[in-house]
Amino acid sequence: MNLEIPRKFTPLINQARQVAREVFRPISRKYDLAEHEYPRELDMFASIMDGMNDGAADGGTGAGKLARSDTNGGAGNRNGINMKTVLGLTELCWGDVGLALSIPRQGLGNSAIAAVANDEQLARLGNTWAAMAITEPGAGSDSAAIRTTATEDGDHYVINGEKIYVTAGERADAVVVWATLDRNKGRAAIKSFVVEKGTPGMTVERLEKKLGIRASDTAAIRFDNCRVPLENLLGDPDISVEKGFAGAMQTFDNTRPVVAGMAIGVASAALQKTRELIALTGIDLEYHHQTWTQPAATRELQLMEAELEAARLLTLRAAWMADNGLPNSKEASIAKAKAGRVGNAITLRCVELCGSLGYGETELLEKWARDSKILDIFEGTQQIQLLIIARRLLGKSSAELK
Amino acid sequence: MTRDPMGFALSMMNRLAANPLLDRFGLRAPLERTAYHGTRTGFRALAFAGREFRRVNDWLPRKRLPKRDPTELFDLSLTDDQRMITDLLGRFARDELRPAAARADETGQIPDDIRTASAELGLALYAIPEAFGGVAEHQSPVTSVLIAEQLAWGDMGLATALLAPFSVAQAITRWGTGEQQSRYLPAFCGDEPPVAAIAIDEPIPLFDPFTVQTSARKTNTGYTLNGLKNAVVQGENAELLLVGAELEAQPRLFIVEAGTPGLGVKPDPTMGLKAAGPARLLLDNVEVPADALLGEEDFDYQAFLDCGSLLRCGLAIGATQAVLDYVIPYCNDRVAFGEPISHRQSVAFMISDLAIETDSMRMLTWRAASRLEQGLPAHRETALARLLCNEKAMAAGTNGVQLLGGHGFVKEHPVERWYRDLRSVATLTGGLHV
Repeated sequence: MNLEIPRKFTPLINQARQVAREVFRPISRKYDLAEHEYPRELDMFASIMDGMNDGAADGGTGAGKLARSDTNGGAGNRNGINMKTVLGLTELCWGDVGLALSIPRQGLGNSAIAAVANDEQLARLGNTWAAMAITEPGAGSDSAAIRTTATEDGDHYVINGEKIYVTAGERADAVVVWATLDRNKGRAAIKSFVVEKGTPGMTVERLEKKLGIRASDTAAIRFDNCRVPLENLLGDPDISVEKGFAGAMQTFDNTRPVVAGMAIGVASAALQKTRELIALTGIDLEYHHQTWTQPAATRELQLMEAELEAARLLTLRAAWMADNGLPNSKEASIAKAKAGRVGNAITLRCVELCGSLGYGETELLEKWARDSKILDIFEGTQQIQLLIIARRLLGKSSAELK
Repeated sequence: MTRDPMGFALSMMNRLAANPLLDRFGLRAPLERTAYHGTRTGFRALAFAGREFRRVNDWLPRKRLPKRDPTELFDLSLTDDQRMITDLLGRFARDELRPAAARADETGQIPDDIRTASAELGLALYAIPEAFGGVAEHQSPVTSVLIAEQLAWGDMGLATALLAPFSVAQAITRWGTGEQQSRYLPAFCGDEPPVAAIAIDEPIPLFDPFTVQTSARKTNTGYTLNGLKNAVVQGENAELLLVGAELEAQPRLFIVEAGTPGLGVKPDPTMGLKAAGPARLLLDNVEVPADALLGEEDFDYQAFLDCGSLLRCGLAIGATQAVLDYVIPYCNDRVAFGEPISHRQSVAFMISDLAIETDSMRMLTWRAASRLEQGLPAHRETALARLLCNEKAMAAGTNGVQLLGGHGFVKEHPVERWYRDLRSVATLTGGLHV
């Protein structure tokens, strides 16, 4: 048993930390204030990153190449792409969550492509910067209730509907859209379609003004008789339960640990900064067996550290399971639930511990406390994670445990 | 509130009035004086139990178990040995400990068959180097934690009692001199291993194991120990004790054998862990020889406490897992308003949280143990694991009872016992060592 991060990932972690410190942090406040302005700095960085990714044997820092390993056929223990992605994004989000979400070609839409695309599609779309469009004004967590339709017409699908909360929806080269082939056939009929930027009928209606992650644009997109070629349906066009919606949902088993890693990144930034600031006051920050006679702030810092460590290790476990082809749906949700809530709680408590210094815009603490909130919401809210975990533990269907 | 004369009289009446013997023998007045003056009352001498730990002349050189080589990859899988031990102890916990738990809690005794069965398991062998009769080749805190998890799933009180001698053996293996190891360790490998315990806790609020009140004074022949210890596991039957005392402003451990003059013991039942038979130990000018001081230059009290914390975390994980495994079928079977209560999010989410926090405790504890095993610094990791277990284990205990409602409050179900047992996690220091 070993729960340390393997040495082979040290270069990657260092690289991501350098980016976070030298590229993200210096422009972090700038793009928080200048919401919707495109962070030009990222273009150069993205090409550097493409180079790093192509050079690396098993992928680079981003989420773009997330994939599930096949069931481990006795090949021994593996620490692969899932763990690496979690580690990389944790570091990048220590720098800035919004900027990390805006790195070209590394979005979660790319992991959806990686998860369900066939070989031809992978070759054609693998290097496209893809955003992910699932949520609609009337369907958030309940993604099986989406109303956007895709109707076959000759050699095209015609897409109609409205999508919101599309991260990098205006900047990306393409959007992966969830739509139903037949609203009467339930979740099995839901498929994902790649719609390239500039396709007639696709309009970015607005960019949202948000609580946090302001460096990342969040688009509302309308599809009005938007025609995409048949071959842009990702995966299998047949309407079948196992291959359809269930398959698409499985993407989450890979992406949830990554979002958990992001929460861990921003929370560790806040905790580290708070610890540094509190250390200046000279109070006892040692790890003792009996914490009751230490200052309340010390006990609180250590409790937060313990919670954060727990979240981090649960996240590594979920990624490790994915790397080794073990079913990890419950563990991915456990990681996301834990990291989402402690990430948010820690960043908020750090503002409190630092007082008006933490609340002011001179430091980044208040920003991190705003950024962290989304990580307990997107890619499945806290409550959705708890539902998934409970259904697995109790052996209940979604009809029984609603 | 200070006790005024009226309160004093009421208290007195309350305690003594019920005892008819006092009047029959005219003992009421003298007892009144002694009962409230002096803490010595009620202690009986901790008698020699018939086992002699003979000094060995041709003792073996001190043995320290080596650490394992660091592993490169992140890996949560168990080794074949670990899987075998956890399977074996998992069955033992399910088939022997769990069925015996309620009765052991009631009587405060380890049933004889459990004691025999656990001696047959030979737990201490895993702690002791081959040279002294054991089977241990490496330090294996991970395996120790896994053992604690499995046993505590069956019953935390019995697990604590069964692990106490194992812990003493661990501590002597880890810190003892060659002479101490040669003298004590072989006994733990025999058919009837000695009852042994570690005595650290003292009856003081905000107790800090680094500042114990029990004192050790150097004499011409050894040391004199004075003080009061509580929550001593199996204290009344103990044959061998490791007692924490302050020597020249440093906390140290002393090996004290039953039968040493000045050593008094009395039962000291606690909220839970009753099967472990907690006792109070009085050290009244206890004279021990110079070689009773555990360890030499490499003794590290902090590391000693860390090792105890890790094993307690292991127990906490096992008991918390037991709560989780119990409430799942209960909430699926229990019907209210026409459907199983597990169909309600307010119930289901509590169960999800239980699972999340049990796994959180487990991951932190496993990491600290695996660092220790690989010779990496583990104090911070251990402190964090213990802090988290302190918080989450009790939350699991209280939610376990809550999920069963009124049924959780009565002894028909084990959750009320687990509630009491789990309060010990954040409360106790002594007794354990990995």
